[in-house]
Amino acid sequence: MNQQPILEVKNLKQHFKINRKFTVKAVDGISFQIMPGQTYGLVGESGSGKSTTGRSIIRLYNPTDGEVIFNGKDISGKMTKDELKLLRTKMQMIFQDPMACLNPRKKVIDIIAEGIDIHHEFKTQEERNQKVYDILELVGLSKEHATRYPHQFSGGQRQRIGIARTLIMNPDLIIADEAISALDVSIQAQVVNLMKKIQKETNTAFLFIAHDLSMVKYISDHIGVLHLGHLVETGTTEEIFNNPIHPYTKSLLSAIPSPNPKVEKTRVSLSYDYATSGIDYELGSQHHISGSHYVLATEKELEEWKNTE
Amino acid sequence: MDNFEFLEDDFAFVGENHESKKEIAPPVTPFFKDFMRRLGKNKGACIGGILIVIIILIAIIAPMVSSYDYAEMNTAIQSTSPNAQHLFGTDRYGRDLFTRVWQGTRISLFVAASAVIIDIIFGMTYGLISGYFGGKVDTVMQRVQEIINSIPSLVILTLLLVIMKASLFTIIIALMLTGWIGMSRITRAQVLKVKEEEYVLASKTLGAGHFFIIFKNILPNIFGQLIIMSMFSIPNAIFYEAFLAFLGLGIPTPQASLGSLINDGFKSILITPYMVIIPVIVLAILMLSFNLFADGLRDAFDPTMKEM
Ligand SMILES: Nc1ncnc2c1ncn2[C@@H]1O[C@H](COP(=O)(O)OP(=O)(O)O)[C@@H](O)[C@H]1O
Ligand SMILES: [Mg+2]
Repeated sequence: MNQQPILEVKNLKQHFKINRKFTVKAVDGISFQIMPGQTYGLVGESGSGKSTTGRSIIRLYNPTDGEVIFNGKDISGKMTKDELKLLRTKMQMIFQDPMACLNPRKKVIDIIAEGIDIHHEFKTQEERNQKVYDILELVGLSKEHATRYPHQFSGGQRQRIGIARTLIMNPDLIIADEAISALDVSIQAQVVNLMKKIQKETNTAFLFIAHDLSMVKYISDHIGVLHLGHLVETGTTEEIFNNPIHPYTKSLLSAIPSPNPKVEKTRVSLSYDYATSGIDYELGSQHHISGSHYVLATEKELEEWKNTE
Repeated sequence: MDNFEFLEDDFAFVGENHESKKEIAPPVTPFFKDFMRRLGKNKGACIGGILIVIIILIAIIAPMVSSYDYAEMNTAIQSTSPNAQHLFGTDRYGRDLFTRVWQGTRISLFVAASAVIIDIIFGMTYGLISGYFGGKVDTVMQRVQEIINSIPSLVILTLLLVIMKASLFTIIIALMLTGWIGMSRITRAQVLKVKEEEYVLASKTLGAGHFFIIFKNILPNIFGQLIIMSMFSIPNAIFYEAFLAFLGLGIPTPQASLGSLINDGFKSILITPYMVIIPVIVLAILMLSFNLFADGLRDAFDPTMKEM
C-alpha cells in the first residue's frame, strides 16, 4: 500500500495558556496518519485530549506546534484561500451531543443544507432541496422529515441529521468525536453501521474518537491510544488487540465487558495509575514493535512490559 | 443464573445484519404553546399584562376624548378637588389633571419604550461584539463599559444639562448613556454560552463567516431571552424618568410626565394631596405591572432561569 495518506499528523501540539504561570498541555506531540477510505480509532479516557486533537486538526483551534497535512496540503499554519476551502469542505466533523449539535431554531432542511448554502454549491432552489432529500435518504430518514425542527427527533435520528450535514459536502475525512457515546447501545450499533455503510459507498476516511475500545474494535482499521495528550500506543486493530504492550492499553482492553455472563464474571479489570506507575511520557520515545505497531516508552520500560506477558 | 446453559453461538457477533427496534421520538409540545400555557398559569403575569394594556389604552384615548387640553390654564378653577367635571381635579393653574395624568403616562411610556429600544440596539450590539470576538476586544470593551458604569448616571445627566436644555430628548439621551450596560452584560453572557455550543462549532467547520454565525446561529437562539430581559428595563426607565423629574431635571412645563406631576403636586401635598396621590398610584401600578409581567415572561420562557 504505497498510497498517499489522506491525513498526516506530525508531532501535533495543542497547549492552552490558562494564565502566566500555567499552561495545559492538552495534546503534546502526537503523530499518526489515516489512509483514504480507512478508519482510525482514537481512544483514551475522558480528558486525555481526544476532542482537542480533533478540533486542532479541523482548525477550531490553532495548533501550537506540529504539522497537519490533509490531501497533501499543510493546514496547520496560515492557509491560502484554496486550502481553507479544501479544509472546510473536504474535512467534516460529527459532534458528540445529539441534543446540542443541531441549531434548535433551524429546520432540518436548512441544517443539512448549511454547507452548500455557505459555499453556494447549487444553482437553483430545487437542486438544493433535492440534494438534501437525497442525503436524507442515504442516512435512513425521509423527505417528510426535512421541514421539521430538531426537537421533534430522537437522539439517533438527530445524529443521522448531523451525519447528513457532513455528507452533503462529499468529505474525504470525517472526524466523529464520540459521535455515539450519548446514544443507547442498540442505537449506537445502528449509527455505527450507517457509518460503515457510508464508508463503503463513498470511500470516506474516518477519525473515530471514543472513550472505550468496544465499538472502536468493530469499526477501526487502525487504533491510537491517547493518554494525557500523548499517543502511548498505535497500530492496526489486530496488533493492538492481540499484542498490547503499554499498561494503559492493557487496562483499557481489560475494561471491555464481555456479553457472556460466565466470561464476564471472571473478567479482571487491570488498573493503571500514571501518577504511581513511575512512567514519564516526556522521557519515552516511539518504539517500533512490528508492522505499524508503535509504543511510547523508554528502552527499560519496553523490556519490562514485554517480559510481563 | 448458575444452572443456565448457554449455547455456543449465544454471544456471537451480529454485525450489520442486526435489526434493532426502531427508536421513537418523544412527543413534544411546540415551544410557543408551552410558553403561553405557562404564562397563562402565572396569575401575577396575567394581571400585570392586563393592567399594562388597560393603562396604555387609557393613556392613548383619554387625552384625545377629554374636553380639556393638558396645557390649557384656567385661573377660575385653581386647585379644585376631584369632581364630576375634573375627575382628578385641577392643578394650581387650573389645568385639568385627568388629561395631564394620562398625558404624563404617555410621556413616561414613550420614555420607557425609547429606553428599551436603545437598550436593545446598542446594548445588544455591544454585548454581541464583546462576547463573540472575545480576547483582547472583549477585555478592552469590558473595561470601557466598567468605566462608564462607574460614573453615576445623575452626574452624567447634570453634565448633559450644561450643554443641553432639559427636554424629553435630553432625558432619553441620559437614559441611553447608562441604560444599555445591563443589556450588554446579559447579551455577552448569553453569547459566551451559545458560541461554544456544538451547532456553532459545526457551522465553523463548514466554513461559515462571522456574519452567518452571528445572525443565523447565535442571535435566533438568544433573542427571545434578550427581549424578555429588556422588559425589566421598562420599569427602571419609568422610575428613572420620574426620579429625574422629581429632582427638577425633568421635562419642562407645560408638558407633563408622571414624575413632573408628582414633583409639582408635592409642593402642596398637605393642602391638596390628590395632586400627588393620583399620579403616584398610576406610576406604582405601571411599574408593578411591568415587573410582574416581565417576571412571568421570564419564568414561562425558561423555568430554570428563576435565580438569575
Ligand atoms: N479551550 C480549552 N482551554 C483550556 N483547557 C482545555 C480547553 N479544551 C480542553 N482543555 C483541557 O485539555 C484536556 C483535554 O481535553 P479534551 O480534549 O476535551 O479531552 P477528551 O475529549 O479526551 O475528554 C483537559 O484537561 C481539558 O481540561
Ligand atoms: Mg471529548
